Amino acid sequence: MLEGFAALIVLQLIGEVIAGLTRIPVPGPVIGLALLVAYALWRGGVPPAIEQAGEALLKHLSLLFVPAGVGLIAFGDKLLAEGPRLIVVLVLSTALTMIVTAFVFRALARKEGE
Amino acid sequence: MRKISDPSQFWIYLAEQPLFFLVLTVLAYIIGDRISKATGRNPLANPVLIAILIIGAVLIATKTPHARYFEGARFVHVLLGPATVALALPIIRHRALIRRQWRAILGAIVIGAGVGIATASGLAILTGLSPETIASLAPKSVTAAIAMGISEQVGGTPPLTAVLVISTGILGAVLITPLMNLIGVTDYAARGFAAGLAAHGIGTARALQVNEKAGAHAALAMGLNGLVTALMAPLLLALLLR
Repeated sequence: MLEGFAALIVLQLIGEVIAGLTRIPVPGPVIGLALLVAYALWRGGVPPAIEQAGEALLKHLSLLFVPAGVGLIAFGDKLLAEGPRLIVVLVLSTALTMIVTAFVFRALARKEGE
Repeated sequence: MRKISDPSQFWIYLAEQPLFFLVLTVLAYIIGDRISKATGRNPLANPVLIAILIIGAVLIATKTPHARYFEGARFVHVLLGPATVALALPIIRHRALIRRQWRAILGAIVIGAGVGIATASGLAILTGLSPETIASLAPKSVTAAIAMGISEQVGGTPPLTAVLVISTGILGAVLITPLMNLIGVTDYAARGFAAGLAAHGIGTARALQVNEKAGAHAALAMGLNGLVTALMAPLLLALLLR
């Protein structure tokens, strides 16, 4: 479990270093994610320790967004100052993006047994 | 330990402890999660949203500055890094399925990313928002770290972008289930992919809560969209703002 957690942090760190050196516009943790997928494809799986630590973190992924989310309260005036227009744009754009994405995915998806 | 006589002093003592805000964060989330469970994971009872409202109420009532709150809450915040790396796990588990659907994934990522940027900036232009706000809105569907970088590059305000990103994530997590039911998309791969693409990590957290397969596709969409939006946002904005 502890080794798994250490491995996840090391992957993040390698990701941060790669992001810093190559200046590709992707954050370190996302590069770490890609590295872990690449490792699993190469070795045909993931060590159980990483699996355990990762599942523990993912079980309460929502919790980890709470501190950043509280920033909404701190900067909420700005959101309200630009008026309801901003909120309308956010709702419409998010809804349209999800609808179009789901339709395109379904249209191009291979059916079961195909 | 110094002696505490009256309640206001007690509060001052508590508010000096970073640990208090860490405890508040975890407790508020536990309450949010309990309410979410009690409502059968009703999308409106989003645990992140409930926790933010509870903590916000405490911070406003006690006039606590955000920086003071974050001193304690950052211990939770730093775990986002390794948790994002761990999002590889559902992708790995569903790799056979994902490999089979590469055409749908490629098509949906390119079109979905384009629609996300174009509708955000297009609607912002139509409603007459300032150019700075338009640029801050364009990358709203991708994870905060990427979105803030893009925002800076296209002339937006990174802190405003962070607020818009979080709002988008919560909106997406709340809207995904009712919207998909409305338009009749029942496949969890398509539903999850839409949630992760449009609403990054918060949408992915919601997808994981509902269904493993949806979570895997959401995690994949989130990672890919970060890359695609970083490439597409400057180009699309230049076209729209011409």
